[in-house]
Amino acid sequence: MSVFSLRDIRKSFAGNAILKGVSLEAEAGEFIALVGPSGCGKSTLLRIVAGLDHADSGEIRIGDREMSQLTAADRNIAMVFQSYALYPHLTAGQNIAVPLAMRKLTGMQRLPVIGALLPGQRQICADIQRQVRAMAVSLKIDHLLDRKPGQMSGGQRQRVALARAMVRNPSVFLMDEPLSNLDANLRVHARGEIVDLHRRAGVPTLYVTHDQSEALSMADRVAVMIRGNLLQLAAPQTIYDDPSHIEVARFIGQPRINLLPSKKDAHGVVQFGALRLTSLPEALGETGVTLGVRPEFVRLRTEGQGALAARVERLEFLGSEVIVFAKLAGIGETMLAKVTPGEARGLVAGQAIGLDMDPAHVMLFAEDGRRLPAAPVSAVLRETTRG
Amino acid sequence: MTQTLTLGRLFRLSLLSLGALMFLAPYIFMISTAGKDQSEIFSASLSLIPQHFAYVANFTKALTRVSMQNLLLNGVIVCGLILVLQVVVAVPCAYALAKLKFGAARFMMALVMLGLLVPIHATALPLYVAFDKLSLLNSYTALVAPFSISVFGIFLFLQFFRAMPDDLIHAARLDGMSEAGIVARVIVPNAWPAVTAFAIFSVVAHWNDLFWPLIVVTNQSYATPPLGLLFFRAAEAGDDYGALMAATLIITLPLVIAFLLAQKRFVEGITMTGLKG
Amino acid sequence: MADIALPFSAVDTAGRREARTAWLLASPAILLMLLFIVLPTIAVIVLGFTDFELGYGSFRFVGLENYAELISDRTFRRSLWNTTVYTAIVTPVSIVLGLGIALLIESEPRGRDFFRTVYFLPVASLLVAMATVWQYLFHPGIGPLNTFLALFGIPGPNWLGASSTVIYGLSIIGIWQSVGFNMVLFLAGLTAIPRELYSAAEVDGVKSSIDRFRLVTWPMLGPTTLFVTTISVINSVKVFETVKTLTEGGPNKASEVLLWTIYQEGFIFLRVGYASAMTVVFLAILVVLMVLQYRFLDRRVHYT
Repeated sequence: MSVFSLRDIRKSFAGNAILKGVSLEAEAGEFIALVGPSGCGKSTLLRIVAGLDHADSGEIRIGDREMSQLTAADRNIAMVFQSYALYPHLTAGQNIAVPLAMRKLTGMQRLPVIGALLPGQRQICADIQRQVRAMAVSLKIDHLLDRKPGQMSGGQRQRVALARAMVRNPSVFLMDEPLSNLDANLRVHARGEIVDLHRRAGVPTLYVTHDQSEALSMADRVAVMIRGNLLQLAAPQTIYDDPSHIEVARFIGQPRINLLPSKKDAHGVVQFGALRLTSLPEALGETGVTLGVRPEFVRLRTEGQGALAARVERLEFLGSEVIVFAKLAGIGETMLAKVTPGEARGLVAGQAIGLDMDPAHVMLFAEDGRRLPAAPVSAVLRETTRG
Repeated sequence: MTQTLTLGRLFRLSLLSLGALMFLAPYIFMISTAGKDQSEIFSASLSLIPQHFAYVANFTKALTRVSMQNLLLNGVIVCGLILVLQVVVAVPCAYALAKLKFGAARFMMALVMLGLLVPIHATALPLYVAFDKLSLLNSYTALVAPFSISVFGIFLFLQFFRAMPDDLIHAARLDGMSEAGIVARVIVPNAWPAVTAFAIFSVVAHWNDLFWPLIVVTNQSYATPPLGLLFFRAAEAGDDYGALMAATLIITLPLVIAFLLAQKRFVEGITMTGLKG
Repeated sequence: MADIALPFSAVDTAGRREARTAWLLASPAILLMLLFIVLPTIAVIVLGFTDFELGYGSFRFVGLENYAELISDRTFRRSLWNTTVYTAIVTPVSIVLGLGIALLIESEPRGRDFFRTVYFLPVASLLVAMATVWQYLFHPGIGPLNTFLALFGIPGPNWLGASSTVIYGLSIIGIWQSVGFNMVLFLAGLTAIPRELYSAAEVDGVKSSIDRFRLVTWPMLGPTTLFVTTISVINSVKVFETVKTLTEGGPNKASEVLLWTIYQEGFIFLRVGYASAMTVVFLAILVVLMVLQYRFLDRRVHYT
């Protein structure tokens, strides 16, 4: 039973379609990372789920309830913003208390002096204080409760924002690039903290980021959005190894995947250098295709050997590995190969080399971007001859 | 965002419109009364369209009683001179305070802060006595000189220059520009937004100023617009409100037109000072 | 690698050249400041201790006699009182109205420029001229205001001609003239509030606009409000144009205000020494007001 689902969400703004029919279903306690380049609509989608913006059409369900007509305040979702959006004039403790105060105290009870005189108000306030303190202790910020945001570091502010979001047990957690304002080394540490928190809270989380490595490392499933379309929703390994669309393959993976234009002949066979693939059972017919292979599956060979001839353009030394930029002879495309320092020893710019692609890891994409099945020709021939 | 006319929006719009009407009332009545003849004015009717159009008569009276073009000319000369002097004095000084290191910087900052507290009204008496002794009353000098230093201007430009990146100046120095060259060719062109904002402030403030011109000018030929209007009122024996409204209309028009044309700049100027303040 | 030591004198000369340029650039300003601000201020303070009258040759130092006279001077005391009443009316009303109008304009996307222009127009108009128009509006017999009130059977008072109402009449003009300025400042402050705070408030459960105002808008407007208040108070204390144009302190000193009294004593009666003492009091009031506001409120409104 999906605990939170989006169905065919569409949104246009000033004639431009920002969201073109996005659907998504999350299981209980799942951490879904929504990732994509800037402008793909992921933040808009998040705001629509939160209730801060309204979709033009489509359904939002949390549990069993349809949410589209409810305001943000009524949806029992919590959100952590990119800038944390902490109230600067309130202490950390007061910040964390706000969502509780808004829900448990009436307008009259919230008045500064008069409210304290109303019956029952003091009891509710004491309850709120207890909850705030408990949350602060679990996030290890109880020593900061009396400080204002301006007196805290970025990491501390982030934890206060998390506390404020978690304190009222929401049914969905939304996070809008909460780590992008942190220093790089702090970011890695904070990733672990958020994943840990999520596991403890057990609340389904929708986490927006433009950093694909962040998405891959943190999520149970990754949703890749490009230009308003949700292209693929799958586990991180699947997204990486088995992208359903060329845009997904292009966006995910560091360094970027190698994409080489090629053609599929009438028999469904693709030839690239000395490499032959068949795209059966895909339809026969001559079309253009794109070959995709990740740098770690490109092998270096000496000059004259290997399926492709190339010339080294430059080398990037990354410590544990080396990225070789090589320009293919004839085609002019640059291919990236990820190799060990040992394999790259002795290579210099301008050197002629050979390249091989591991046929089991070559992907084929149709002209419209769709992923095509691909198998090395010899394997298929063996199958058909066995017939 | 759907532009539905909810009850809330209707309420807000009608509140704003009612308020706008009340705020515009003086202008509406000014224009309307400037065209009425004496008898209609004294009948105290609330109708806005004059029964007999007396615009020509009233305006003629207004224009002949006081030399309008002289007033406007004086206004332009005085405000123009003041502005030019203020900018020429304040910009280099603000640049020095913001970007250069020199010993008396602290002392200067204290002077600037002090100056902000002291309006012309406080220094008027001794200045008047001094100008009187020097026989400089009733002259452009007396009208312009005390305002040639604008502490507010120094303050505004100082904030602006502080926000300018130092690298711009370092690059100019590396290119071999002299200090004077830097001021003229790097600072001044980049200071333009602040200068326009300040210009609006200065012109409006000094065009409107009554206190100082009232003190130093008794000769009509040196009257600035506010003073000229006072003279007109004094010369206007009796209650010829028609001519009076016509006169106010003529005198108010220049600044109002300038404002309507340059609205954005006005608002930007005040916003800039507000955000810095 | 060769050891390069910069000769000390080279660095020194650069620094001295910079300092010289700075002096050159700042000297006109320093000179004018001394001439037109510092010197006259000192002169005013000194003159306050004399019985100098313009036209009389000699004068002598009279110590605190002027100030003693001020305390018992009924006109001056009336003047202080009137100025206080005027400020106490104009400042809060023009701030509240300015904020209210800014909030209304900010929340209403349509017609923003139009309304902003209309409300700001009085600020950009010649005050002496508009005061004259108000005089017509306030006229007890033929003025539109009283004629309008008469339609409802309300007998309009003699706004500017009766000592009981003249301060209120002047206050109305003062408010009308300053609301637009405050509004623009508040608009600037409102646009500077980060939108994400409002989003966070919505998610936290804030629904009514009053709650939104209390939690986000008002606290974030702190610095702007402080600035607006300071400017408004100072401008109110400096009221002069309307009094000179319309009432000249009357009737019966009911609209006698500080600057008017100083003007009368110093430039009409030419009792410069006495008027200087008044000016010192005036200046002291301004300084105290400014310092008080910044000392006590500045820290409370800046959260970083």
